[in-house]
Amino acid sequence: MSGRVARLHFKTRLLAVVVILANVLGNFFLSLGMKAADAGRFLLTALLDPWVLLGIALLVVWLLSRMTLLSWADLSYVLPVTSLGYVLTALAGRFLLGEAVSTWRWAGVALIVAGVGLVQRTPIRTTRPRGRREAA
Amino acid sequence: MKWFLVALIVAATSAGELLQAHKMKSHGEIHDFRPGALGRVFGRVFRDPRVFLSLLCMAVSFFAFLALLRVADLSFAVPATASTYVVETVLAALVLKEKIGRRRWAGAALVACGVFLVAL
Repeated sequence: MSGRVARLHFKTRLLAVVVILANVLGNFFLSLGMKAADAGRFLLTALLDPWVLLGIALLVVWLLSRMTLLSWADLSYVLPVTSLGYVLTALAGRFLLGEAVSTWRWAGVALIVAGVGLVQRTPIRTTRPRGRREAA
Repeated sequence: MKWFLVALIVAATSAGELLQAHKMKSHGEIHDFRPGALGRVFGRVFRDPRVFLSLLCMAVSFFAFLALLRVADLSFAVPATASTYVVETVLAALVLKEKIGRRRWAGAALVACGVFLVAL
């Protein structure tokens, strides 16, 4: 039993990392491509930009990995935990792009980390499983 | 225009993710991560009307987000749409019947405040 729980926690954390990275990188490349695209152009032509395409591919990975995670974890668990993406964005902005991060922003980062710390110590699933495999 | 797009994104994202979570919950835990098995699972999952509707919602939200990025910075767009956290957590309790204890509510509240501050 405890082995199963440990396995579920490991699986959940691993997939949460994939979900977070795919989302942060996907949004980053999307924004990069949208900024590069000429503001005068029609919105759909921006979809042909290679950065925009890479962003979209990563967001497809994000969608599928997130749906997989939701097959066993609560939405109210997945939601806060994957908000660590904001922390990652702030850290990347500060240390990779050299952006100034305000005190308020650091406070936000601290609150998110504290909140995720709390949510992480709640049961991953609180609804009764109804899948076919669960009957076994 | 900015705030209309934000409202549209929040509504469409919440509806889409709720539908998706509803479907995946009823599907049950995915155990087999081999590509073929995953392909079969998603082949079935994507034929479900809830998933179809959820993708429609996410498409609306995605294009609204692209449109928002044309009139505002990412540093406005991401935080402004962060209220989906609050909306979705409440709906997860009401609609999906997730049992959200005191600790998870507290954590979710901290995260919501944090996401708001991260915007400034």
